[in-house]
Amino acid sequence: MTKTFDWIKAHTLGFVAILIFVFLIAPNAVMLLFSFNQPANKYNFVWHKFSLNAWKNPCASADMCSSIKLSITIAIITMILATALGTMVAFAMMRYRFQGRTFLNVLLFLPMAAPEVTMGITLMTFFYNTTGSNSLGFDTIIIAHVMFSLSYVVVTVKARLAGMDPTLENAAADLYATPFQTFRRVTLPLVMPGILAAALLSFALSIDDYIITVLTAGNEVTFPMYVYSSFQHSVPAQIDVIGSTMLLITLAGITFAQVPQIIKTRKA
Amino acid sequence: MTTLTEAPPKASEVLGAPKKKRNLLPYLLLAPGVLWLVVFFLIPIITAISASIQTGSLDMGFKVTWNWANYSSTFSTYNTEIIHSLIYSIACTVICLLLGYPLAYFIAFRGGKWKNLLMALVIAPAFTSFLIRTIAWETILSDHGTVVRIMIDLRITNLMDHLGLITGNHVLNSPFSVVFGMVYNFLPFTVLPLYTSLEKIDPRLHEAGRDLYCSGYRTWRYVTWPLSLPGVIAGTLLTFIPAVGDYVNAYMLGSPNTQVIGQVIENEALRDVFGYPIASAMGVILTFGTLLIVLAYVKKAGSEDLL
Amino acid sequence: MNTLEAVGDLRLTGLTKRFGSFTAVDDLDLTIPQGSFFALLGASGCGKTTTLRMVSGLEDPTAGRIYIGDTEVTSTKPYKRPVNTVFQNYALFPHLNIYDNVAFGLRRRGVKDVKKQVDDILALVELAHLAKRKPTQLSGGQQQRVAVARALINQPQVLLLDEPLGALDLKLRRQMQIELKRIQTEVGLTFVHVTHDQEEAMTMADTIAVMSAGRIEQLGSPEELYENPATTFVANFLGQSNLVAGTVTGKEDGVITVDTHGVRIALPESRSRVESGAVIVGVRPEKVELAAGNAAIESGRNALPGGVVTDASFIGVSTQYLVKMPWGQELSVFEQNTGKEIYRPGAEVTLHWDATQTFGLDGSQDIEAGAEIDDEAAK
Repeated sequence: MTKTFDWIKAHTLGFVAILIFVFLIAPNAVMLLFSFNQPANKYNFVWHKFSLNAWKNPCASADMCSSIKLSITIAIITMILATALGTMVAFAMMRYRFQGRTFLNVLLFLPMAAPEVTMGITLMTFFYNTTGSNSLGFDTIIIAHVMFSLSYVVVTVKARLAGMDPTLENAAADLYATPFQTFRRVTLPLVMPGILAAALLSFALSIDDYIITVLTAGNEVTFPMYVYSSFQHSVPAQIDVIGSTMLLITLAGITFAQVPQIIKTRKA
Repeated sequence: MTTLTEAPPKASEVLGAPKKKRNLLPYLLLAPGVLWLVVFFLIPIITAISASIQTGSLDMGFKVTWNWANYSSTFSTYNTEIIHSLIYSIACTVICLLLGYPLAYFIAFRGGKWKNLLMALVIAPAFTSFLIRTIAWETILSDHGTVVRIMIDLRITNLMDHLGLITGNHVLNSPFSVVFGMVYNFLPFTVLPLYTSLEKIDPRLHEAGRDLYCSGYRTWRYVTWPLSLPGVIAGTLLTFIPAVGDYVNAYMLGSPNTQVIGQVIENEALRDVFGYPIASAMGVILTFGTLLIVLAYVKKAGSEDLL
Repeated sequence: MNTLEAVGDLRLTGLTKRFGSFTAVDDLDLTIPQGSFFALLGASGCGKTTTLRMVSGLEDPTAGRIYIGDTEVTSTKPYKRPVNTVFQNYALFPHLNIYDNVAFGLRRRGVKDVKKQVDDILALVELAHLAKRKPTQLSGGQQQRVAVARALINQPQVLLLDEPLGALDLKLRRQMQIELKRIQTEVGLTFVHVTHDQEEAMTMADTIAVMSAGRIEQLGSPEELYENPATTFVANFLGQSNLVAGTVTGKEDGVITVDTHGVRIALPESRSRVESGAVIVGVRPEKVELAAGNAAIESGRNALPGGVVTDASFIGVSTQYLVKMPWGQELSVFEQNTGKEIYRPGAEVTLHWDATQTFGLDGSQDIEAGAEIDDEAAK
């Protein structure tokens, strides 16, 4: 009796963890499965029949594919701008003294603490009052996305800079490297993983954002906006194809990054 | 102890960074990023505060008339939505902590060499569209789905109906499904900081706790929990802040009876040409309300260890 | 390495560094002859590392000048000074392999063909076989040799070593001490070595400067510093000393007589810093012997009777005693293991030593200066 009890006690945590993993993975599995569905009606909510249709014609809805193109374009531009500006801020904060550090800290913290919908509505109001309601569109989406990604980039790059041994830069200066050479040959290569992580993060934040985007998009339609509005009239299986593709790319990335490590620890 | 304590040199001194000389470089590095945030974040918020007390029309232009009525009318007209937002986001935060803590604990202490992979699996869904994943719940929880059928058979739906979480045998379009979707979406935000702080705890501390006559529960209560508090605070904040402004779950998994303030703001801003001062007022209320709750929470957490 | 002949000594004049209200280095004047192995010895916070950083150019002095030969380098940028540093934790670039780490300085100065020089220097430090490894794949001792090679390859006029052996275990440290000394003799350039480890400084350096609170307490060869300390700080910091307060009572034939707690002590005039008034007499523990009870002590030796052994630690080669004197002070004695009787705690003993081995210090100083610091630094 006590043995059974002990066994249950020892494995409860593992069992709970598995259930939570199922909870986290279930929608992804359903998404993958339903990308092979041939829906009976306009809503791809109920399993009807296996089909490769959606995978063969991912652009059956031209609107959807143009929205994906727009989202990717925006995400790439956001990634480049936010990473560049955020990295510069992170370097200044970690390497120099300047006036107004407290103000800067608050300024960087607030966009992470403010609800998205507030940032969206205030930015929209701002554009209404300055450039007019017709100015909303591609440019304003970029402005908004860079604005809310910037703090995350700064935090990520700063963390990497903080973890770097400052004497390495001293050593480079001692070994005849000019400040620029020190940056180019020592600092930049060592901070690169942080910058890449920040770039990835800003890309992911941008491509998946709905709330701020819808308020600053004007007549443009990004992919999340397309999905949201399609919910009102039709949900084609192609949406699941796109979601599954994103998932598979992410999983491939994880495999690429993690599996060599696990094999290494197994050997050791 | 020696009395010869040297004041630790400032970071910039250690780095041999230029000092005393007026150096423009840091300001040049900061300028673009800071300007971006000031112009497109700070000024809009300030503009919003002023816009929220304006009256007028599109043709006449809007004037600052200190129209506090925008605020009072917001409170009276939309108090249901405000209350919904609060209840859903607090429920979501609490449930996320209850689910996220065991998961983070399991990965940190039982994950072994799979630790990083398991954490990657927790975060991975965040890199695919959250809207599509929310739609997937629509399928899983639909009236004719297996999940709901099992719930009906086990009389769980009955119980939940009595508690007012759902209506009849329909799991979807209820307060329950809204919070359910929010928990699903924000759980990774709770788990990540929790895992980071749990992972730092030396497992030998557990042995030390056991050695000092603590039961498993007491070891957790007096050793692990206090050490993981920074993660708990960060995790709950990272969950609560986006949850309180979220309306995608309320829209997709809810019904007109589960409207939250975010939906109202979007509706006012996009569907009604005269709506944006009111939307701004609500945005300001939402931000300052959130800030107030967050500050009160952090203060309490800081002074009384949260329990 | 012939270029070295044209240059000269490293000179610091009036060198001062303040951090806010804290003075780390206080009006330092120092000349380090070319080709010498010089050690700056002191506890943490004494200003030795700050001095080093000013010489390397990583810190700007608040006042004073730095010369190498006749050239002033006070405000020369670090990357333009003919000075290289071996950093405390080596500061090897983790993203570069050993070869590229060593070649770093040459490449920055635009040297095109570095292969021969890198191969030579790696051979000198016996690491040629590890050229393609990354720093993290090397042991502590190997990393240390890479750091030395990376600095030496540039043929600097002065090589600075900042606690270079601090991260190594004792055995490896001994080995590296000998190795560094060998390299220094071989290349013959000026080494300035900063350390808190007195044994390390004494093993390697020709000249040691003991620093405390931003000033130099005493400068000299290891023997001079040990046998004839100038201050209580040096006496306590460099090895151990028995210091007893007393008063000068007379002087005759180059011998000063001192009264300490009612006992007469003879002190050679040549080894005393004062000739009248309050004096602190000192003797190193290993020079002291013990005699039972009030046994007669032969002339020419100083004797302190009436001690009681409070602790005796037998450590093989010697026995270390703590002896409580009638006035309450505890003195230490290291007796070599020559087969003599070992005194147990409680035994009454007389301390005696060759009078010429006594040294005298200014009596106005803190008798315990430097003692606690040494304990801490020893950890």
